[in-house]
Amino acid sequence: MARGRVRELLVEGGRWAVVVSFSVALAFPFYWMLITTFKQDADLYNTANNPFIFNLKPTLVHLQVLFRDTMYLRWAGNTALVGALVVLITLVLSLPAAYALARLTGKWGERMGIAMFLTYLVPPTLLFIPLSRVVALLGLQDTIWSLVFVYPSFTIPFSTWLLMGFFKSIPRELEDAAMVDGLTRFGAFVRLVVPISISGILTVVIFTFTLVTQEFVYALTFIAPERNQMVGVGVPTFLIRGDVYFWGELMAACLITSLPIALLYNLFLDRFIAGFTVGAIK
Amino acid sequence: MAVVETKGLTKVFKKGELGAVNDVNLTTQEGEFLVFLGPSGSGKTTLLRMIAGLETPTSGQILIGGQDVTHLSPRERRIAMVFQSYALYPHLTVYKNIAFPLKAQKVPKEQHKQKVEWAAGLLGIEKLLHRKPRELSGGERQRVALARAIVREPTVFLLDEPLSNLDAKLRTSAREELEQFHSRVKTTTIYVTHDQVEAMALGDRIVVLHQGVVRQIGTPKEVYDDPADTFVATFLGSPPMNLIPEERDIVGFRPEHLLPASLISPDQRVSMHFHFSHEEYLGAERILYGSLADKRFEAKDVISRLPSRVEASFEPGSIVEFAVPRNELKFFDRATEKRSEPRVISWQ
Amino acid sequence: MFYPAMIYVLAVIGLPFALAVVYAFSDIKVGSVGYHFVGLQNFKSILHSATFLRALYDSFIFTVGSQILVLVGSTLLALALEKKFRGRGLVRFLMLLPWVAPVSIGAIGWKWILDSLYSVINWVLVRVPIFHLDKFNPPQWLGEPALAMASVIVVHTWRLLPFSTVILLAGLSAIPKEIPEAAEIDGAGFWRKMFQINIPMLLPILNVALLFGIVFTFTDMTVVYILTRGGPYDTTQVVPSLAFFTGVLGGDLSEGAAISLFMVPILVIVAYLMLRAANRSEVT
Repeated sequence: MARGRVRELLVEGGRWAVVVSFSVALAFPFYWMLITTFKQDADLYNTANNPFIFNLKPTLVHLQVLFRDTMYLRWAGNTALVGALVVLITLVLSLPAAYALARLTGKWGERMGIAMFLTYLVPPTLLFIPLSRVVALLGLQDTIWSLVFVYPSFTIPFSTWLLMGFFKSIPRELEDAAMVDGLTRFGAFVRLVVPISISGILTVVIFTFTLVTQEFVYALTFIAPERNQMVGVGVPTFLIRGDVYFWGELMAACLITSLPIALLYNLFLDRFIAGFTVGAIK
Repeated sequence: MAVVETKGLTKVFKKGELGAVNDVNLTTQEGEFLVFLGPSGSGKTTLLRMIAGLETPTSGQILIGGQDVTHLSPRERRIAMVFQSYALYPHLTVYKNIAFPLKAQKVPKEQHKQKVEWAAGLLGIEKLLHRKPRELSGGERQRVALARAIVREPTVFLLDEPLSNLDAKLRTSAREELEQFHSRVKTTTIYVTHDQVEAMALGDRIVVLHQGVVRQIGTPKEVYDDPADTFVATFLGSPPMNLIPEERDIVGFRPEHLLPASLISPDQRVSMHFHFSHEEYLGAERILYGSLADKRFEAKDVISRLPSRVEASFEPGSIVEFAVPRNELKFFDRATEKRSEPRVISWQ
Repeated sequence: MFYPAMIYVLAVIGLPFALAVVYAFSDIKVGSVGYHFVGLQNFKSILHSATFLRALYDSFIFTVGSQILVLVGSTLLALALEKKFRGRGLVRFLMLLPWVAPVSIGAIGWKWILDSLYSVINWVLVRVPIFHLDKFNPPQWLGEPALAMASVIVVHTWRLLPFSTVILLAGLSAIPKEIPEAAEIDGAGFWRKMFQINIPMLLPILNVALLFGIVFTFTDMTVVYILTRGGPYDTTQVVPSLAFFTGVLGGDLSEGAAISLFMVPILVIVAYLMLRAANRSEVT
């Protein structure tokens, strides 16, 4: 009787040890961003101080500097604008593509879908050199338009793949019924399929947006001027002067950038996973 | 072989809510085939899972072979279980599926081959040993699950609706096989089902459960002919027993006993006016739908089940004299819905 | 309806890819005019360059090292998180942060944690007596070759672990709960259940997580770029970051393009394996 109980306790204890230690390790940098954001410089840059606590009074000065004296808000605005435009382009192109793939019968639809998904694996580091020339030729260099142009190349494949899954789950009879009732195929798509898949579309919007905020390589390559930067490049590049890192401001910027994205993302996580694991779970 | 016994077994999933299983006391007999029968939500599967050790009881005791196993883990109980989905290990071949309990129980390796072949032979699946579960049909999967259960000669067999994933035709033959299988191995078996036909066909005794409470334990004949309460009376039998409120009592009679009055000798029958509405012809029998015409029954619906050899035709809307043999009337207390003493009644 | 999307993607992926191949066989530099075909000359010079060979070596160390850590860590974490418990939502949120935050942002956070002077890790380590660390000369996490590589691997692992974990969790939840239960009744103990039932059943999905992980690691330059810029002395330089420094900052487009083409074989192999995995799951 005792043996089973003891083993159960051991397993539970092990589970908790794993969960707690991993959570702490994974979240620690964000905790560190938080505490650094509110520390005075004199507190930060004193090796004698215990870094885990506030040795001097907490301060808002880093936040003030970040918002008043740096281009952080401008970068955030650029990011939001690029994100919105890329979302728009992605939806316009991938909605019909996904629908067509979902309704293609036989092996073909499946194959095209997988081919589409595989292009998502093509990394920016493979293409940034020729693309920087293309961008220059088009006169988009150093502007956010270069990113609006390039980013859909990886958001469309992923969104098409996700949306395809959603559309496939809508029974064909529903559209047939709508068409029997007098709608055209296009009408059935716009008036029936799109409203039904609204949660799927919302998921795609969120993920396209987060993919845009997370991209680093293209933004670093195509855009030089400080004022045209995206948040992901501007923060680690322009909050540093030469060799001097403004850690307070840097960490404040990191924290403010990460949290909203993380919160949004968390809401839609389950659908996102479904996209990655289609076919592998059976 | 061993006897399973539960004492005051109770499971409450959420505090403050009604228990899924409430104060269940039962004892199997040596080598018996015991069936837990009840509608979904009756607690039959929870009860089985507690006996298996997959669910911890809130209170009460479980004894297997006289030993208190309430706090033992499933692996220490020496039981075998066949799940509704069969739960075959999808990444292992049939051979390895059957050998898994032997390995897990540290049976010496030399014996594995011989034991697996014995179990496979018993169920006629020797030819499938190198297949993976996904290459098997439903019936074959069931046999593999049974072989895996039997291979280490458990003291008790637990089966959780093992036939419900099979199509109707296969189900009948699988049921027969299961019967023969049990008569060969004679291991104490507990079988959970919601299908009364299965329960009647397979069970030495049936435990009827409703809302986590045992309503009746008895042989198939006892639970059918002598239901302990109105729930058992209506849950078993199809169409269900007719129940007519009558003063302090409820009077019940099975549809097959409600016949045209001329078929029952006058001194044994209780007659009534049957207001015939429509019928279903089912080949061997006819199901007649109607109501009691006498005003005091408030047009209570009743059903009659007439063998097709009785040739009689009825006009929809007509009132015909029907009757029930007096000794086929069951009486239930109107307040408690439990069986009560039979009385002499006359409805005409 | 499918074509607009396909044309867009092909134009922005296919054309530049072709262009990369064209560049790799030329001597084109930033600002140069005209096109001179030079055959395999770029590839020859790359293969003779110690820097490139070092980067290739580092890329493999970086990929293999972080993938081993990610697989072991995420399997452990996923198994621990499988059961529902109070606060699971919060744990999931905390755990996901590294994956969701922009890479460059997470990496800069680590740069502060690993700072040469104010590293919180060193602050703790010098106060633990058993390590016998010199208080005035603590480990330079990003300044010594072996430590720098270890740091880059750990930070990348930190970033990929959540992704791998959620994929494995999805895989775990797809295992019918009767199967581990059946194993328990059949007499399997904790370890047997783990290694003969749960983990083998997770293998297909582990496979997928690994393939994604390889792509995301072998082609990533962000962590290296932010933390070490490939240093010290190119000891953490990986293939993509070398391509960046050569082709973009150095302006040598042809050689940069040739370097980045060395990632293609890896990508092709991974794509092939993924297709095979997808096909196999259709059969079952």
